[in-house]
This record gives sequence, structure tokens and C-alpha cells, in this order.
Amino acid sequence: MDKNILLAGVGGQGTILASKIIAGVAEKAGLDVKVAEVHGMAQRGGAVVTYLRFGKKVNSPLIAHREADFLLAFEKLEALRWLSYLKPEGLALVNDMEIYPLPVLTGKASYPDFRERAQGVNFNLIPAREIAKSRNNPRGINMVLLGFLAKRLTFPKEAWLQEIQKRSGKFSEANIACFQAGFTYGA
Amino acid sequence: MARLMTGNEAIARGAFEAGVKIGVGYPGTPSTEILENFARYPGVYAQWSPNEKVALEVGIGASLAGARTLVTMKHVGVNVAADSLLTLSYTGVNAGLVLVSADDPGLHSSQNEQDNRYYGKLAKIPVLEPSDSEEARKFVKLAYELSEEFDTPVILRTTTRIAHTHTLVIEEEPREVSLKPYVKNPQKYVMVPGNARLRHQVVEERRQKLLEYAEITPLNRIEEGTGDVGFITSGISYQYVKEAFPGSPVLKLGLTWPLPEKLILKFAEKVKTIIVVEELEPYIEEHVRALGLKVVGKEIIPRTGELNHYIVQKAVLKYLGEDIADFLENLDLPQRPPVMCPGCPHRPVFYILSELKLTVTGDIGCYTLGVMPPLGAIDTTVCMGAGIGMALGMEKANPDFSGKTVAVIGDSTFLHSGITPLIDMVYNGGKGTILILDNRTTAMTGHQPHPATGKTLMGEPAPQVDFEALARALGVKRVTTVDPFDLQQLRAVITEEVAAGEVSVVVVRRECALLPNQTREPLTVISEKCTGCQRCLKLGCPAIAIKDKKASIDPLLCNGCGVCAQVCKFSAIIKGGDSLG
Repeated sequence: MDKNILLAGVGGQGTILASKIIAGVAEKAGLDVKVAEVHGMAQRGGAVVTYLRFGKKVNSPLIAHREADFLLAFEKLEALRWLSYLKPEGLALVNDMEIYPLPVLTGKASYPDFRERAQGVNFNLIPAREIAKSRNNPRGINMVLLGFLAKRLTFPKEAWLQEIQKRSGKFSEANIACFQAGFTYGA
Repeated sequence: MARLMTGNEAIARGAFEAGVKIGVGYPGTPSTEILENFARYPGVYAQWSPNEKVALEVGIGASLAGARTLVTMKHVGVNVAADSLLTLSYTGVNAGLVLVSADDPGLHSSQNEQDNRYYGKLAKIPVLEPSDSEEARKFVKLAYELSEEFDTPVILRTTTRIAHTHTLVIEEEPREVSLKPYVKNPQKYVMVPGNARLRHQVVEERRQKLLEYAEITPLNRIEEGTGDVGFITSGISYQYVKEAFPGSPVLKLGLTWPLPEKLILKFAEKVKTIIVVEELEPYIEEHVRALGLKVVGKEIIPRTGELNHYIVQKAVLKYLGEDIADFLENLDLPQRPPVMCPGCPHRPVFYILSELKLTVTGDIGCYTLGVMPPLGAIDTTVCMGAGIGMALGMEKANPDFSGKTVAVIGDSTFLHSGITPLIDMVYNGGKGTILILDNRTTAMTGHQPHPATGKTLMGEPAPQVDFEALARALGVKRVTTVDPFDLQQLRAVITEEVAAGEVSVVVVRRECALLPNQTREPLTVISEKCTGCQRCLKLGCPAIAIKDKKASIDPLLCNGCGVCAQVCKFSAIIKGGDSLG
């Protein structure tokens, strides 16, 4: 299974943990995996993107335009920023949430209309924040989105649960609840 | 068994497997995690030094004393260490010494994107460039062999895409390497001119031997393929070439100084067209051209920024007369620049500096974000420590500046390279004001300890540098300490010190908002009292937005610093608990 997945969001939203879990599941399946992250200044509330690729053999760690099978977006504006990286048949799984960047906060720019700008793209808008809250884990947005993605990949569900448990420490139970909710909603 | 590791984790692993006992560096993206990971291995010693020059010198000492040593820094850090590095090339080493230069094509988190392979050429020391994490691990081990065999320091040059990309790594057992005996040898280690002249001859002999080695090392290999277009490449660019043109002949260079001239000529015979694919400078290209070969390089491959396989593919196909679709589009979306965190203690400082309309000579760290609107309070940022020296220079050129200029510098940065320019300012009769923005950690790179935090990289307690006492010892008479969350006092102190007519040091002290236990009760806007004047927006706090023409604070983001409440003229912002009660 060769897949290219882009994870886009805002610094501090948990994109890196989500990418590590996907990478761990792919690695366990015996695939070659590459995950390129952003660190440093960009993490201070700026836009962040993680490139994740797995398959029999992966060379470039980056994903170019029209090469992503999935865009896992933690915020709508960040989803728009990376939509052009999707394959024509690719799918964007988008958290239905707005985090205003500074130019919007200060009135220098307006927040774009997602549906208008995403015309012609396959996308699912996911109320991940509400789903996470309903599982008493408001920080579990990343796990909800992961559940939606997992439903669309062919790895065994057990592998996901193991990987989440391994990487969540004391939040294992809360994170698994959010993942399960996403997996079920995402059906 | 294979395991996912970043390039940085793999370098730490490789060093451990090579029997390295000493690791030393200064934090800097994308190099920081190397030492943090190395420090966790059993039986090793690792430390942060105040700057890269000191780190390399500690490393040289450790090598001479007989321990294999790893020294890490980001590309601009090598500029700081360059004085020691270029003479280290002459003295050579005792036990192996590897210097990691983590370069940042694309400027993900840096002030320039210099190509540090030139340091290898300049210092005449080998440069190794891995293409993924597994190669990073293997190359580090080989680098120690080379370092000892050729009596030379070795540069391992990585880039952000290598440093911060997880790829599969196969771990091996660590090798136990005993200390090499120290042998006193002033002709080798004391670089007075008479000795250095002789050592320069040795360096040249070493260069010849390394040239022969470059021809036979498995670090450099020809990958046979089909077609008459061949690629010469190194580092991450190799992966882009393999992705864009699978099956094409490739000369993959793992050792990029010195370059294997015969191997390059042999490769040239196999293909009609040679295309050199490398990030940043035409470093390999110039060498290949100097061999008299016709070569295509920077006329088609960008010389600035990071590459990817699409850029490589597009450029090469266009050169070969084919064209592919251009995906670069103007998205016209609002940018999302990094911002100071909610509750960041730097924010009120820049708010006041902006209000007082002062000229601010800045520095490198989180506080560089004070340049962003709406604060827009920084005039200059060159490199670590530069702000203090520049403030002195401005004042010497035009005395008016001393009454309206401040230099800002962080705590870790002040220790890195702020002390010497402060001495300069005192000694040469400057009148400047220096704000040491002391948030008790190296925040930007991820909260590394430094000599004023009371902790070492190994987690041991340490003496703490006392900034106020230090400034006095350097000859500063006016030394003040202030809490940035007390706006009134902050404004008063800065106003007074700028007008003082002699050197002032103001230590602005508050812990970084991201350190544990910094979360405070969020604030709330009393809607009836808010006039919508938007004065609070001038703070540029991500927790404050305007909704329905009134200010609104997101309780999930707010860190309760209370600065916005002090800025509001209508007492419309209060601690959350009060409004709920």
C-alpha cells in the first residue's frame, strides 16, 4: 500500500503525535516510511505541515502538488493552504474549526469561506472538536481525525489501538475513546 | 530490527555506537535534538556550552585527552566556531572528533541559508553528507574512523530535511572504545607561526591522501542506469533525483570534500549530459566544471531555498525540452506567521518599546517575533549578540541614538555572545540601554537549560549566573530588575534608563509561558464595558479577537498574564473568576 498523507494545522494542535502514530502503524506493517516534520520558529502558533509517506520503497520525504492521497487538516484555513497538494481523486479530512491567524485577528485580512474555496475537491468536514468534547477529551481532536483516516486505510484496527496506547502515556484511554468515536463516525 | 528515527536521533545513535564518550554543542534548529538524544545513552557525558566556539574548544580538549567526541551546532553556529575550527585542521585530533553542521535550506528557522560545505573546503577537512537517517548513523561511525586514520576533524553536514525526517534505521551494538593516551606534542598542538608552517605542510599531505581515499570509499558510488542523462548529487537532493528520475544513472556523493576526481571523470564517460542537483550553492558543480567537464547545474536548479522532487523534475524536463504542468498557484489566503504565545513575557516589553517609539536593535530568539505586526518593535536582527554592538555603533555615529535606542537580548543569547559587546559598550564610553529578556530558559529551540538556569543538560544542579551581579562586575553602574507583567513599572524603568546618559542594564525577568506551572486563570471581557476601541489588539495576543465589534478572549488559549487588562482603558477585561461569580 503506497500512500502519501499531508497533515496540516497550527503549531500546538498535535499534528506531530498523529503523524507518529500513522508512521508507527505503517512501520509495523513492514513498509518503508518517511515522515518530515516542521520544528523551531514555525511551531510558535504558525502554520505547520507534516509530510508522511509509506510504501514498499520511499525516496523523497516530501510530497509535491497533486501527489497526496489524503490531507488530514486540523484547521480549515490550513486545509485550504494545502488543497492543491491533493491528487484529483484524493480526500481531505478537515476539522470543522477556525483558528484566526494574526492578520485576521487584527482585521487586516478576512477568514476565507471554506466551502466556496474547496469546490471541486473531495472533502469531509468533521466536527472533531465537538466529538472530542463529547468523549470528555477536548484535546483529543487529533485522535478523532486519526479515527476518520484509519477507517479509510487497510491496516488492522488493533494496530492503531496499540500504537495510540504506546504513544499516549497517561492519556491512552481518553485518546482511544476519541479515536474510536472518529472511526465509528467516519464509517 | 529497523526503527523510525529522525536524522538527529540517528546521529546520536551512531555516535553512541562509535564509542563516543563526550558530546557538546549549543542548541540551534535543526541540530538541537542530537545532543538531547545522545545525553540519554549510558556511559556518556553531554553538555551545552554557552556558544559554539566554546563548545568546539571543549570538544578539542576532549579529543586531545583521548575520548571520541561529538560537537553539534546549526550552520550559523559554525561561523561562531570558525576561529577554532580552521586551526583545529592544522593541529589534527587525538581521538576522533566529528563536528555536525546542521544547515537550513529554505530558512525554516534561521537568519540565512549559507552552505557549510564550503567550510570543509576552506578548512581542508572531510565533509560527509548523509541522505537519510540510516546513512546518518552509518556515516557518523565512519567519520570517527576517518578522523583517527587521517588525523583530522570531520564535518558531518546535514540539512533540515535530514535532521527532522523520520526514516528507518537499523541499530547495531555499541563499540567500546578505550581512551587514547594523551601525548604532549607542542609541535602539533601549539600553533605558533613556526609550528603552524610545518603543520600546513601536513594538512596538504593529508589532502592528497584524502583525495586518494575519496576515489575508493563506498561513501561515493555510481548507480548504473538507463538513459544518457546522468545526475551527480548528494544529501537529500539524492532522494529527489531518485524520486523524479528512477532508473537514471546517478553518481551519489557521500563525501563532498575532497571530491573524487577520477570517479567523476569515469561517470562522465558513461553519460552524454551531466546534471548536478544540489541545494543552495553550486559547490559540486564548480568542482566538476573545474575538471573540464561540461555540466548543467544552477542555470536550471534554484540556488535559493529548499528543493523537492517536483522542482527537480520540472527543471530537468524543461531543460530536456519537455514541459510539465506548473502547479505554483497564487492562493491568496491569509498568512499564519508564528506569534509570541499567549502569556509570553516578551509581549509587554515590545508593546512598551513600540509605544515609546524607540529604536530597537534586536537579537535571535522567540523575541525576534517582536518584529511582527502589530507590535512591529524591532529595527535590526543580524546574529546572536549583534544588537548590543550595533546599539553602540549607532550611538557613535550619531549621539542622538543613545537617547532613543535599546538593545534587546535573551538570557541564553546574552550568555552566548552578549557579554563581550556589553564590555565593549562600557569600555568605550557608550550610553546604551540593554534589556536582558530573561525567561529562564532557551525557549525558541525547546527549553534547553543554560548557565543561568541552575541545571545542566544531564539534569544535574548547577550554579546560576547572576545577570545583575555580572553586569555590575563588567562596570555597569545602572542595573535594574523588572517584571514585564507590571506594565507601569516596565514603562517607567525603560523611560528612565534610556534617558540616563550612561550604560544601563535592565533585567526583564519572567518565566517562559510554556514552562510547566505557568498556566494562570484566563481573563474575560465584560461586554457591556468594551467600547470596541481595539487597543487590546495592539498586543498581538492570539487569544484576543474582535467578535461583533467587541473584544473577546478565548479561554482555551488565554494564559492569564493580565497584560491586556492593564492596556484596557475601560476596565473591561477582568480575571475570569470575577465575571463568573
